[in-house]
Amino acid sequence: MAETTYIEAITQAMHEEMARDERVFLIGEDVGVYGGAFKTSYGLIDRFGPERVVDTPISEIAIIGAASGAALMGMRPIAEMQFIDFITCGYDMLVNFSAMSSYLFGRACPMVVRGPAGGGTHGGPYHSLNPEAMFMNRPGLKIVAPGTAYDAKGLLKAAIRDDNPVLYIEHKYLYRRVKENLPDEDYIVPIGKANIRRKGKDLTILTWGAMIYVADDAAAELAKDGVSVEVVDLRSILPFDEEAILESVAKTNRVIILHEAPLTGGAGAEFAARIAEKAFDYLDAPIKRVAALDVPTPYSPPLEAYVLPNKEKVLAAARELLAY
Amino acid sequence: MTDTITTTSNTHGLSHDQLLEITYYLRLTRTLEERLVALFRQAKVIGGLYRSLGQEGESVAAAYALDYTQGDVVQPLIRNIGSILVAGARPADIIKQYMAKADGPTRGRELNIHFGHPQRDGFIGQISMLGDMIPVMAGIALAGRMQKKKLVTLAFIGDGGSSTGAFWEGMNFATVQKLPMVVIVEDNGYAYSTPTSKQTAAKTLADKAYAFGCAGVTIDGNDVLAVYGEVKRAVERARNGEGVTLIEVKTFRMKGHAEHDNQAYVPRELIDEWQQKDAVPRFEKVLLELGVATQEQLAEIQQRVKREIDEATDEAERSPMPTPSDAARGLYIEDGYWNG
Repeated sequence: MAETTYIEAITQAMHEEMARDERVFLIGEDVGVYGGAFKTSYGLIDRFGPERVVDTPISEIAIIGAASGAALMGMRPIAEMQFIDFITCGYDMLVNFSAMSSYLFGRACPMVVRGPAGGGTHGGPYHSLNPEAMFMNRPGLKIVAPGTAYDAKGLLKAAIRDDNPVLYIEHKYLYRRVKENLPDEDYIVPIGKANIRRKGKDLTILTWGAMIYVADDAAAELAKDGVSVEVVDLRSILPFDEEAILESVAKTNRVIILHEAPLTGGAGAEFAARIAEKAFDYLDAPIKRVAALDVPTPYSPPLEAYVLPNKEKVLAAARELLAY
Repeated sequence: MTDTITTTSNTHGLSHDQLLEITYYLRLTRTLEERLVALFRQAKVIGGLYRSLGQEGESVAAAYALDYTQGDVVQPLIRNIGSILVAGARPADIIKQYMAKADGPTRGRELNIHFGHPQRDGFIGQISMLGDMIPVMAGIALAGRMQKKKLVTLAFIGDGGSSTGAFWEGMNFATVQKLPMVVIVEDNGYAYSTPTSKQTAAKTLADKAYAFGCAGVTIDGNDVLAVYGEVKRAVERARNGEGVTLIEVKTFRMKGHAEHDNQAYVPRELIDEWQQKDAVPRFEKVLLELGVATQEQLAEIQQRVKREIDEATDEAERSPMPTPSDAARGLYIEDGYWNG
């Protein structure tokens, strides 16, 4: 057991998987000699050499495309987007080539595309993206978004070992802000399984990524008023743990869906629809979504704070629901 | 124009059998496509039909320069049907693919010659987003190098596709990495209705090689042995670790973009001019002149081709259409759909 930060957990997962399986390699911008813009790939090139830690031109299409080609050859590439925002430059390649590999052609395409996502770091509109929704409606990918160091490591290992393309969304706000003791032994966190982070009976907060801590804070606040909140950390966005969602809603009868991406067309809309379709009879109040405003994430701290979800917004939504 | 046509007779060490085999693939391509046209007119081809008429020579010759025992991989565009026949694709599979049959290579999920697996088949079909296959073929070459194989990848791109960002990113990456890759950029006159002059202001498509820093050359795409020789040389360079070559082949799309397109935008004299440059009779004339083949042998090859296409058509026509509910399966590979 050793105390490990979220970013160290990602680095460890890559080290361990590259040591375990010589088919695993890393490809991206500044991942080699520099060790990654956030030092996520720290030490990899020294240990595994430039053949397996491939520095590329600024070319997201080439990174994702070359990773896809290598994956078809039986390799297990990890393609790094320097910021996940730049995945939009390679979007076509990922959704039209990699994601359709199994369904159209029966070809395994075992690859991970990962990169730092999310706001709260004053990164501005081009360095704060939460990209899950733009991939949810293009079948073929798996999408994971860990919120803890334990899940960051376990989900990355699971993603690397998966035979399909996996979009691994790491939240850069959490890189050095969260840490925990991780097991020394090898483990994975299965894709598609939610984690009940906090058990409760009055209200469910369904969330993922950095928002799990906002949910924790809101839950602690509500506990002071005697309200018992269940926090469900979805962890996997696609496929998602429908059973865990429905079970929690059946128990608490009230649900807030909390996510950092903009509200309209966000992943929360899908979860809300699923709950409405399959757990309507259990609901004592409307399904409530707390999400970012429908604007790009602005740079200046007061603007950014206004746009992103926070504890107060969750508490306001919770009190509205509890009044039913 | 016609009096200026010269055809290479250097056979680059190809044996008589190999030269006859090239003829066989040229004839097979043309006959298969003629059959597909017949099936299209009977409404048995479900989607569009895209002809490679006029481009069979470069498609076959280029693919013939690869060594599939080394793991070489060719990536065709829709007008390089001949290249995958050389790599080993079965005509019956191509017909099934066009007819959307259950036992076609994509089981009715995709059309055209969009199929194949780089490891299993030695070819991988394109996706419809032009240019995307260049980075993918670079990745296949990169994996081959990591796996200590000596394989070479051969990618086709068109005059239209060479305008895409994916093409530029892929070429740049492949060249920087000095990957064992050969890229054939076909100038066939038109991308759908857009002439090459509206596609690029570069004097030749091979000029783009300067920007990447790779080798670049322009050749007559309708001269089979010239294409074979140039691609063979590029493949050897690639296999020896000397990096990427961009080969521009000058050729012509003798039909519209697809069967629905009467190519009214193409001047008639241009089509007539290129008709004179047709690769197939030019190549066969060389074989006859060299004494490699006789008219009787060529007739025998044509008979064999017709028989094979008849059999392939019968097989494809007998095949069932897919079971509707199968459409829900196979999204993720562990589903097992593709194993069954």
